[in-house]
Amino acid sequence: MEIIVCVKRVPMTQEVDLEINPQRSDVRKDMLAYVINEWDNYAIEEAIRLKEKLGGTVTAMTIGNEDDEEVLRRCLAMGADKAFRIDPGNLVMDPFVTSKVLAQFIKSQPHDLVFTGVQRDDLNEGAVGAMLAEHLALPHAEVVRKVELEGNEATIRVELEGGTDEVSKIQLPALLSIQTGINEPRYVSIMGIRKAAKKELNVAGVDTLGVAAADLEPRTTVEEIFLPPETEGAQFIEGDPATVADEILRILKEKGVSL
Amino acid sequence: MGEIFVVAEHRKGEVREVTYQMLWKANDLCQKLSHTLTLVLIGSKDEPFLDALKERADKVVAVEGLQDFNGDLYKEILFRLIQEHKPLLTLIAHTPWGMDFAPSLSVKLGFPIVTDCVDVVVDNGKPKAVRQIYSGKLFSRVTFRDAPGYLVTIRSGAFPAEKAGDHKGEVVRAPLPADLPQAGKQFVAFEDAAAGEVDITQAELLVSIGRGVGEADKVPIVKELADKMKGVLSCSRPVVDKNWLPKFHQVGTSGKSVKPKVYLAFGISGAFQHVAGITGAGCVIAVNKDKKAPIFRVADYGVVEDLFKIVDALKGKLA
Repeated sequence: MEIIVCVKRVPMTQEVDLEINPQRSDVRKDMLAYVINEWDNYAIEEAIRLKEKLGGTVTAMTIGNEDDEEVLRRCLAMGADKAFRIDPGNLVMDPFVTSKVLAQFIKSQPHDLVFTGVQRDDLNEGAVGAMLAEHLALPHAEVVRKVELEGNEATIRVELEGGTDEVSKIQLPALLSIQTGINEPRYVSIMGIRKAAKKELNVAGVDTLGVAAADLEPRTTVEEIFLPPETEGAQFIEGDPATVADEILRILKEKGVSL
Repeated sequence: MGEIFVVAEHRKGEVREVTYQMLWKANDLCQKLSHTLTLVLIGSKDEPFLDALKERADKVVAVEGLQDFNGDLYKEILFRLIQEHKPLLTLIAHTPWGMDFAPSLSVKLGFPIVTDCVDVVVDNGKPKAVRQIYSGKLFSRVTFRDAPGYLVTIRSGAFPAEKAGDHKGEVVRAPLPADLPQAGKQFVAFEDAAAGEVDITQAELLVSIGRGVGEADKVPIVKELADKMKGVLSCSRPVVDKNWLPKFHQVGTSGKSVKPKVYLAFGISGAFQHVAGITGAGCVIAVNKDKKAPIFRVADYGVVEDLFKIVDALKGKLA
């Protein structure tokens, strides 16, 4: 089983104040901490579990700069066999360009399964997986929360709304976009990352891949980033915890909750 | 005069609410652009909601003969319809099903797409899309490169539902094309989550936890408070993903919609999928360390504090 997993390093934006950059094209990234995209963490875990059961190789790949190798090292420590980084240089990317670049590399590699996360946590586009499948002419499924392989066929569960799953069959090779909660990703220790340093991690510049020039032109462009429109918002309860607790209990009574 | 397409989403004989919301926005855009609205309905013959839909669009193109949703076939059918009608803009739901075919359709057509939009605006006769980024802390306005047509996927709940209007939507029926390619995946069945030991949809008071609770061992601390308050414990998605609580506790798009008198949210950031599940709550009180957490935009009352301090204080008062 040859599995390629597309991963991404994303900024953590919970519990931080975000500042818009002077061009108003994005937030200032210099002060942010980065992690592996949550969906991708489940995707790499799922791939490694399948490999452990069925044999084969797991390749983790990302488009990113040298700092982004951190997530590839993490994937290697989890059990991926090799990693590949495509350096985008100054390339401006939207989901279309991203998917074209990924496709160009994946075409050159053996693959029975290609995994992506459902979406990236920062921009939540959820578009690259399905676009990539189209470029590669692979059958695909989005928001997958269970994969069972039998020979050349997979039975998959797609998570719909309200607790309903859609069960489908899909022929391999295929691309699946993996949903959070599909498994429990293993813990990665510093020791593990050190040990994995010997594993293969290759790098290539995007200009060496032979992507057609037209495919490197974004089809969408962020014109401006702005603050959400003002809403009335919450009325804040101030004071020490005891005072806050009294106020919460008062509200509960006012709303007719019997305690 | 051009056209705007809306692709209907429906399941088990019912239209999904997001379809009416897309119709609302599409009607608004049609007025601004003097375009006509065409609803594309791909499904079985004589879907029961066809009449309801034609009161909300200028035209309904009903492609009949597809029993179960299939993203690959939707893509193929829409590809042909869009090439034939050349709509300026096509609206598709940003749902697991819409996400299945919209991005690949955009590639096949060579048209740009912007996904998960919360608004579409018109500038000089051309659409621009508005999205939420960084968990709703910021918005972005996105432009399309010039193309014969554009696609957007629309977030559920972004717009009000279109009411039945004075449209006398003409219905154009078409059979499923005979030469559709083999689909890449085959539908087997729907499966609904098993009922749990508590029903969060019936609770008067929900004491709800999110990622901010930190670890599995801390869950009982809040459960104890819920019991003391005679409330029911519920949670947001990350808590279920991490296996801290079973799925039947989950509030939100992929969980349950709830309608308690009071929803007490501890350590929940307020992702839109979660917020969509609490619109029926009488009152939302949110406790979160992050004063910029999106939950405070929808909560009635907010407390910026470590949740465990408030949990302990409440327990003390109820002792």
